[in-house]
Amino acid sequence: MTKKFNEKAWHEYDLGFMVSKPGCSAEYRTGDWRSQQPQTNKDKCIKCGVCYLVCPEGAIQLAADGTYDFDLEHCKGCGICATECWTGCISMVEEGE
Amino acid sequence: MIEVRVHGRGGQGGVTSAEMLAIAAINEGKFAQAFPSFGPERRGAPVVAFARVSDKKIRNRTKVYTPDVVMVLDPSVLSIVDVTEGLKSDGMLVINSAKSIAELRTEFGFKTSLARVDATHIALEELGLPITNTTMLGAAVKAATLVPVEALVGPLEARFGRIAAKNIRALRRAFAETEIEMV
Amino acid sequence: MAKRVGIEVSLAISEAVKLAKVDAVAAYPITPQTHIVEHLSELVAEGELDAAFIPVESEHSAMSVCAGTSAAGARTYTATSSQGLALMNEILFIIPALRLPIVMTIANRALSGPISIWNDHSDIMSVRDTGWIAMFAENGQEAFDLTLQSFKIAEDHRVLLPISVNIDGFTLSHVIEPHEFLDQDEVDKFLPEYKPAVQLNPDDPVSMGTVGVPEIYAEAKKCQDEVLKGSITVIKEVFAEFAEMFGREYKVVETYRSEGAETLLMTMGSVSETAMEAIDKLQEGGRKVGLIRLRLWRPFPADELRAEMAGVKTLAVLDRAVSFGGAGGPVAGEVRSALYSIKDAPYVASFIAGLGGRDITVDDFVMMVDQAEAMAEANEIHEYKMIGVRE
Repeated sequence: MTKKFNEKAWHEYDLGFMVSKPGCSAEYRTGDWRSQQPQTNKDKCIKCGVCYLVCPEGAIQLAADGTYDFDLEHCKGCGICATECWTGCISMVEEGE
Repeated sequence: MIEVRVHGRGGQGGVTSAEMLAIAAINEGKFAQAFPSFGPERRGAPVVAFARVSDKKIRNRTKVYTPDVVMVLDPSVLSIVDVTEGLKSDGMLVINSAKSIAELRTEFGFKTSLARVDATHIALEELGLPITNTTMLGAAVKAATLVPVEALVGPLEARFGRIAAKNIRALRRAFAETEIEMV
Repeated sequence: MAKRVGIEVSLAISEAVKLAKVDAVAAYPITPQTHIVEHLSELVAEGELDAAFIPVESEHSAMSVCAGTSAAGARTYTATSSQGLALMNEILFIIPALRLPIVMTIANRALSGPISIWNDHSDIMSVRDTGWIAMFAENGQEAFDLTLQSFKIAEDHRVLLPISVNIDGFTLSHVIEPHEFLDQDEVDKFLPEYKPAVQLNPDDPVSMGTVGVPEIYAEAKKCQDEVLKGSITVIKEVFAEFAEMFGREYKVVETYRSEGAETLLMTMGSVSETAMEAIDKLQEGGRKVGLIRLRLWRPFPADELRAEMAGVKTLAVLDRAVSFGGAGGPVAGEVRSALYSIKDAPYVASFIAGLGGRDITVDDFVMMVDQAEAMAEANEIHEYKMIGVRE
């Protein structure tokens, strides 16, 4: 079994302690960090795309009908989309237990 | 080893004359050093440069404190700098001056061997400028056993390019016109 | 064939850098380093050196650019002095940690204040613990040779560390003297093209300079120190290969007429040659005095130093920098540490001289030897003595 990063001896690391296999934030399930999640009333959505532009995680995607869906695997629940939404169609609701 | 100190004013090419002398000596298979008096460069201020020429590898890297040869490129520094400071008693003082050796001895009390040439006059005629560094090299190599005058031709050509010919003429003329009085 | 050239030491270094076929130079001019980079920019502008010459707005930027070009796989060179080195300081630490084999000439100059453009070793001493290999040249020939050898040492995959080649500002950098130049084909045989172990490449990405959390930082530092200490083996190998090819021998600790000496004078840099004159003078007078010089300052050659101590009763160490409030000059402090645990360790006298361009003459060295022997005789407890300072 390969050693974890914090188990190696000083001479077992990559040259210059560089990271030779780059990770990707897409591989991290940051959706677990959330305490509130966004919900959309799509009747009020005017398809302006502001939520898509302001999401710091890129967790909002364009849906086939021109509205926007949330990627709850990665959404951290920051609420910026809800604050910035012009029509107030996004609201933040408790994750619950 | 022969140690040389060059007195001039900033911008007159005193450092270059020390350099040409060292390069000529190295090209002749000898060992040599040339270096400025380290510090800021100020046009017109009295400055000194140094050279050492030897048949053996030179290891001493201090300033030249007791020169064998002192070259004075500009007669106006004679009255403001003691150009004989540290000059060995059997050393040679090589001065650019329109005055005669006797006049120089009377005015400044020089005791050592003395050589003089009117380098400013030669430089004005040959170069059209009162820059005496290359001219004074002709006087120095005549007055002291440093390098043959012809050894300076190559380094002067390499340094001065299209104006080398004029400088070499001035060098040769000074070599011919320098008067020497040994003591 | 090698040719003998009368040239300023700074220009000889530039020619060595050209012969090393560097790919990138990023530098900011500062007295007394200026002539080196000025000449390199000319060589690049005239098409004699096929390299990127990157002018920058500060030394901090210069070293940052060097980090980038070296990480991208380019053979990289820079040069600086004094305040310039001080301004690089932040980046200096990062270069060895990233294992980037940059070669830098330091034209050693005093640090301000008062402002001084003249030579001493306060600049290199102030970056002692940045993790660079540091070596000293005593004359122009050594500066030329060590520059070429440094690329080979630095780029060896067992090393991959940056190197500073220290030359005394003005007293070396601005002196015209004879140099034996090497031809391009000779240099090419000695110094092959740089093959990076890892480089920044979009097709095979890596991340350099990442966070070292507490779980790995100590391992990173241990690794860095082991590699630096281990580099001494490669340094000796490269010195030996150079000697075999070109006949000029270098050692990490150099000696001069030290056989049977009971007193050794210790120096670093260009004053060593003046010190040789002093040793000759003292030996003519029947004194058992020799000279020992540190070529390598980092990694500190402790074993090689200890090996020279047999029969030595007194060691007079010259420092050209002050470790303010410290227990002796920076070199003397290291020497005392290295010798403390050996049997019959010599008495170590610490002298500081030659600060900010003050000459150290043959007579000064003779006086240091006299004084060191008297201090050893009396077993005088002292931190350091400053030579030639007006009291």
